[in-house]
Amino acid sequence: MQFDPMTPIWLQVKRALETDIVSGLRPPGEKLPGGRDLALQYSINPNTAARVYQELEKDGLCETRRGMGTYVTGSMERIAALRREMAEKAIQEFLSKMSVLGVSRQEAARMILKEEER
Amino acid sequence: MILESKEVTKLFGSKRAVDGISLQLEKGHVYALLGPNGSGKTTWMKMAAGLIKPTSGTVAFEGAPVSIESRKHVAYMSTEPYFYAWMTVKDVGKYYQDFFEDFSYERYQKLLQKTELTEDLKTRALSSGMMAKLKIAVTLARDARVYMLDEPFNGIDLLARDDIRACILEYATEEKLLLLSSHLVEEMEAIADRAVFIKEGRLVENVDLDDMRSQRGESMADRYREIYGHTEG
Repeated sequence: MQFDPMTPIWLQVKRALETDIVSGLRPPGEKLPGGRDLALQYSINPNTAARVYQELEKDGLCETRRGMGTYVTGSMERIAALRREMAEKAIQEFLSKMSVLGVSRQEAARMILKEEER
Repeated sequence: MILESKEVTKLFGSKRAVDGISLQLEKGHVYALLGPNGSGKTTWMKMAAGLIKPTSGTVAFEGAPVSIESRKHVAYMSTEPYFYAWMTVKDVGKYYQDFFEDFSYERYQKLLQKTELTEDLKTRALSSGMMAKLKIAVTLARDARVYMLDEPFNGIDLLARDDIRACILEYATEEKLLLLSSHLVEEMEAIADRAVFIKEGRLVENVDLDDMRSQRGESMADRYREIYGHTEG
């Protein structure tokens, strides 16, 4: 993974895992790699990897079972809410880019529908 | 805390190579020791490793001044090559095994497997990149408490740097302290969690990198440019 050096590394890895959770690549209830393995997989500091899990847990996206490891949340509602959050964020980013180009929301919406027809 | 440097100064003639550095390093972290060439990184590391003595001030390892005893727990890799030309890669491992109680030949072989080095190669036949990897393998094959690697990425090509990072991360556990000096700042953005900036022999700061990114929106490289301007060596 290529990191943006200006953004906290833990946040970037957290977002990557969130994308995996929402896309189903890491399904609900699945065991996540241990902290050390996560560090090796992403070539990040082990403390950073531990922070990723702390933050995911804080957001209710994963749970640590003592002595068993860390698991993706089993709550479909929580995952659906995350999916919505991420989609809304992507729309905001898209709309702000469009507004820089002088494309109105209505026009953007029409363009999306047209893109679908192709 | 594992290593504590108190007001450490080193004079070479009238030149202050290290000028009153006070610094505390804890286990469980990977520190990037940063500064241009000639800023005092190597001199400070050698004092912390117990290889040279400070002119004034002290470096303590777990509360006691660094000594022959503490050197058993500190694995230090210098920038200078230090193998005899007649040695093979295997000889280098045996030499270390005789020298350091905590050296594991098995771990050495495991580390060699991550590189293209084989035990029969003569050190004089090694390219500078392969020599750099050999130095890292032989240092990390010790089960030390502190690893200090001076310029581990120097002379190592881009792809091999990934291998080096993987080796380093594998041994970066809660019980260890790793200190990596480099002027190749980008190589350390993700593997270090703290950075120690040294300028003209003095400590500038010792910071948590993700805090710096979130609070100041700066990368380690940004901060580096800020501190050293355009005088990078």
